[in-house]
Amino acid sequence: MSLGPNLLLALLEGTLAAFVLAVTALGLSLVFGVMRVVNVAHGEFFMLGAVLAWAFSQVIPGMPAAGFLLALIGSPIVVGAVAVAVDRAVLRRLGYEPEATIIATIGLLYVVQQLVLTFYGPTARPVVAPISFRVLFPWFGYSGYKLIVMAASAALLIATWFTLMRTRIGLVMRATQFDRETAQAFGIPVDRVYSMIFALGAMLACVAGVLVVPIQQAHYLMGLDPLLLSFIVVILGGLGSLRGTVVAAFVIGLSDGIISVFFSPTLAKILATLLVALVLVFKPTGLFGARGR
Amino acid sequence: MTRAASRRALALHLAVLALLFALQFVLPAYHHASLARILVLAAFAVGYNLLMGYTGLLSLGHAMFFAAGLYGAGLTVHHLGFGVPSGFLAGCVAAFLLALAIGAIALRTTGVFFMIVTLMFAQAGFLTALYFNEITRGDEGFVLAAAARVLDIGGQPVALSEPNLRYNLALAIFAACLLVSLVVVRSSFGRTLVAVRENEERTRLLGYNTFLYKLAALALSGAMSGAAGAAYALLFGYVGATFAAIQYSIFPLLWVLLGGVGTTLGPLIGTVLMFYLVDVSSEYTTAYMIVVGAALVLLVMWFPRGILGTVRQRWAPWLP
Repeated sequence: MSLGPNLLLALLEGTLAAFVLAVTALGLSLVFGVMRVVNVAHGEFFMLGAVLAWAFSQVIPGMPAAGFLLALIGSPIVVGAVAVAVDRAVLRRLGYEPEATIIATIGLLYVVQQLVLTFYGPTARPVVAPISFRVLFPWFGYSGYKLIVMAASAALLIATWFTLMRTRIGLVMRATQFDRETAQAFGIPVDRVYSMIFALGAMLACVAGVLVVPIQQAHYLMGLDPLLLSFIVVILGGLGSLRGTVVAAFVIGLSDGIISVFFSPTLAKILATLLVALVLVFKPTGLFGARGR
Repeated sequence: MTRAASRRALALHLAVLALLFALQFVLPAYHHASLARILVLAAFAVGYNLLMGYTGLLSLGHAMFFAAGLYGAGLTVHHLGFGVPSGFLAGCVAAFLLALAIGAIALRTTGVFFMIVTLMFAQAGFLTALYFNEITRGDEGFVLAAAARVLDIGGQPVALSEPNLRYNLALAIFAACLLVSLVVVRSSFGRTLVAVRENEERTRLLGYNTFLYKLAALALSGAMSGAAGAAYALLFGYVGATFAAIQYSIFPLLWVLLGGVGTTLGPLIGTVLMFYLVDVSSEYTTAYMIVVGAALVLLVMWFPRGILGTVRQRWAPWLP
């Protein structure tokens, strides 16, 4: 293939990566923005989504679409419940103290990952895509499922934005983010809002994992890459700024896609990582972040 | 600290070192080899503790300093034909310079941001080791030839793989790091570090350049971690990217947490216990890292002072 089609392919793959990353990182950003908790176990919720999607697809053999639909509903419910349990049993008891919660979520990362290794095993398992049409370009065919992932991710991003900005529950969440004490004084059940936010963040990562599994296969170590990329995106976009998170996901996703196709995926990750460390040092509020409170 | 307490502390440290020296004559071969490995890793933990325990800076990227020492020694010996002493020195210097450079950038941030920045830099370091896999052999790593791992003792070449020499060199590295940390902790420099940990604003108000103090602490901590890494490469003869991965940034954190944050002997105790805990559990399951995860959660929730931290609080306030 010549440069043009190669570039088109890189752009398509980059857009796909950007959408999935935006959904995952949005979860991390929400949790950090409202709770001031850096959830190092965020990638494991992504991995749980993928692994549960495989498990649910085994429930209805022979009907990939039905199994996938079940996974899309069932996995977030399971992961949301796990997240609420973690919030109540661990994070709340630590008083959401930043350094202690980081150490605890690192521990959680290994606990979840190794439990999956124990019960699911070290093999990577594929899940059949619910649909199987291909979009034919003059130079290559492109999986129609990938286009659906992009559309579904976009819908999720809009739904999250709508929930936060246009509903009563979103108003409560934003009030808690803005000033925890005052929110509590006005009768907002801050504890319950925190549990809800932590669950919502985990479920976003989980859905991203479910969507990605027909493309990527489910494996117990797959959580690390999305975690690091989400860190990169959330910091680049400004901690707690949702618009910044989405914009940064596209910057990183597209550049990652293009550098990966033309040079090497490892180089793309090194550059992104160094970029974010430097951004954090010279502009700690991120490229799009407002001044932190 | 009174003079009596100070003398008691010094006596305790020397007694611990003497005990470690004596242990080599009674331990069976397997534990003899394990303890040599533990001592090198404990030196890494001592370096980590200087930063976390006494300066209050929690790094999530110390694997990069350990790996800088590992590769600094391993690559120079493997590719450039350095001898053992100069290879070791190259490892220490590499880690020291890396720590200075990383510190100059990362210390502009504080708290959670410092943790994330160090995590990011360490990840970049890990990926760099993978990227140049023609030199580093990436994940697979390379073995240092036995012929290159020979130390000249009084005109007599002795192989570093010889168990007794290996044990005593590991002990020497550990003892050096432990005594340096003891001296640092009791010096005015160390007290200023503790002041930075307790209240940085106030320390600055008193006229201290806290940035320079933190940078010095990071450089010293990085150099110790690098010395441990270099010793690991030379004594055990294997160099691989695993040692640059996140796992090796989490291990020293766990060892120090378990043994007692901000106690000089805590890192040794934490490393010994955790090493054997992981060793035993890996006989039963491949998912032995679950022990590490569970330990982190339990420690931070119910035992944040660690073993020696609790001992100091309850029974022995004179412990440094």
